[in-house]
Amino acid sequence: MAESKTITLNMGPHHPATHGVLRIVLELDGETIVNATPRIGYLHRGIEKLAESRNYQQIIPLTDRLDYASASANNMGYCVTVENLMGIEVPKRAQYLRVIMAELARIMGHHLWIGTHALDIGAMSVVFYAFRDREMIMNINEEISGYRLTPTFFRIGGVAHDATPKFIEMVRDFVKWFPKGLDGYHKLLTENKIWTTRTMDIGTISAEDAVNYGLTGPSLRGSGVAYDLRKAFPYSSYDDFDFQIPVGDKGDVYDRYLVRMEEFSQSLKIIDQAIENLPEGPVNVDNPWITNPDLDEVQKDISALIRRFMIHIKGPVAPEEEVYTAVEGAKGELGFYLVGDGSEHPYRLKIRSPCFYLASALPRLMVGHMVADAIAIIGSIDVVLGEIDR
Amino acid sequence: MSYKNVIQTIHKKFPDAVVKETVNKGQREITLARSQFYETMRVLQDNPDLPYDLLIDILGIDYTPRTPRFDLIYILLSTKDFSRLIVRLQAEEGEEIPSVSSIWHSADWGEREVYDLMGIPFSDHPDLKRILTWKNFEGHPLRKDFPLEGKDFDKPFDPETIEDYT
Repeated sequence: MAESKTITLNMGPHHPATHGVLRIVLELDGETIVNATPRIGYLHRGIEKLAESRNYQQIIPLTDRLDYASASANNMGYCVTVENLMGIEVPKRAQYLRVIMAELARIMGHHLWIGTHALDIGAMSVVFYAFRDREMIMNINEEISGYRLTPTFFRIGGVAHDATPKFIEMVRDFVKWFPKGLDGYHKLLTENKIWTTRTMDIGTISAEDAVNYGLTGPSLRGSGVAYDLRKAFPYSSYDDFDFQIPVGDKGDVYDRYLVRMEEFSQSLKIIDQAIENLPEGPVNVDNPWITNPDLDEVQKDISALIRRFMIHIKGPVAPEEEVYTAVEGAKGELGFYLVGDGSEHPYRLKIRSPCFYLASALPRLMVGHMVADAIAIIGSIDVVLGEIDR
Repeated sequence: MSYKNVIQTIHKKFPDAVVKETVNKGQREITLARSQFYETMRVLQDNPDLPYDLLIDILGIDYTPRTPRFDLIYILLSTKDFSRLIVRLQAEEGEEIPSVSSIWHSADWGEREVYDLMGIPFSDHPDLKRILTWKNFEGHPLRKDFPLEGKDFDKPFDPETIEDYT
C-alpha cells in the first residue's frame, strides 16, 4: 500500500517571484498546496518606533519607504493625518497637486505590478512596455522634486513648492500618451488565451471572506465590494473629481487584474481633471509655525529668521489628541493612527498597512492550488514588503 | 439611526459593557469593559442593523506609568454604509485579553503584531507567536521602556544566535 506523504518547500525569502523578502513555507502533496504559512519580518526597520523620536516633518521621508513602489500615496496618508490632528486646512492648489502626485504614484505602483505579475506568469514583453511608461512618471517625479522613486514632495500644510510649467507640460504629455500604452497592455494580456487560462478561477475569494480576512483596495474590489476611501471618506478634494470605482464579481486573479487595469484609466481621468482645473493660489497653509518663510523674507525680517530656525530645529507641535485617518493607497486602505502628546514628536504612530492583511490571507487563497498558481496569486494581491514589515 | 440601534442592543444584552461613548473629530468611539468584551465584539460583528464586518486594524498604546498600562484600539468598519467605529479597551500589563480572531480572521495577524511589538498576550489565539521579530528576541520594541537603538546595539551582530520558527 502506497503511503501518502507531504513535503515542505521554502519559497523565499530570496525568490524573485515573491516581490521582495517574503518567505512562504509551502506544504505540498505532489504539486498541490496543502498548507501555506507566510513568514514576514525580513525587512523590519522599526519605522513606528523611529517615528517616536522624530518631529512631524522628519517622518515624511520615512513614509516614502513604506510602499516604495508608490511613495507619494504614503506621503498623502501621513500628511492628511497630521493635518487632521493639528486642524490645518490645506489650500486648494496644494490639494490638487497632491492628488496629481498621489494618482501618478498609484499608476506607478500598478506599472510595477503589471510588469512583474505578467513576467512571473510567463508573459515576457509586458514588463518592457510597463517600465517604459513608468519611466515617464519617474521623470515627472524628478522634475518636481529631484528624486525619481521617493519624491518626498509633500509637507505638513501643503507641498514643497509650486508646480513648474515644465511639470504641468510633462503631466499633460503623459495623460495624452498613456491611453495608447494601456491599450498595448490590454492587447497583450486581456484576451490572451494563456493569460486567461492561468488566471481565471485561480485564488478565488468570496466577498464575505475577503471582508473577514481584512482585504482592502483592488483585492477587495475584485470580490465585488465597492469600498474605496476616495469615495467613502473623501480627503484632499477627491469629491471634486468625477471617477468610477471598478469592481469585479468572482474575486479570482483575473478579476483583480481587470480591476487594476480599469484603475489605470480612472486615475488618469482624475489626473486629467486636476491638471486642467488646477486652481491658482498659495501651495502652503498660511500658518507661521508650520510653513517655512521665504528666503527673501528671512533676509529682511528678524522674526521670520527666528521662525525659520524654530521650524527647522523644533518643528510643528501637535495637540494632546488621537486621530485615525486613512487614504486609498495603491494597495488598499493605508491608515495612520496618530497620538499627539503636546510636543513636537508623536507619542505613538501606528501604520495600518494594507499589504500586511493581504499577506495574511495568502494561505486562504493558495490552499488547493498548484505551486505555479501560487506565483499568480502572490502577483495578483500585489504585496510590497516594505509596507508589510515597516 | 442604525448605529444607535446597535448600541441599544448591546445595552439590553450587556448593561455594563459600554463604559464610555464619545465622538472625536467626527469619529465614533466606544470604550468597552473587560468583563464582556468578547461577547460585545461578537454583537458588533453579526448584528443585523449595522454589522461591523471588517476589522481594519488592532493597535496598542503604551501609557506607562499609568495603570492600566495599555490601551488597545480596534478599528472597525461596516461595509453596509462604510462607517467607522473605534473600540477602546484598557489592559493591565501581562493581562490576557480574549482574542477576537474567531470573529474576524484579520485579527489573527493583527493580534500577533500587538503581542510581538507591545507585549499584550491574547487568550484563545490559534497561533500566538512573534511575527516581525524572531523567536528568541528579547523585549517588546514599541513599549516606552525599550530603548530606541535597541538593547544590544553596541555588541556585534551574530546571525548564528538567532533562533526562528521553522
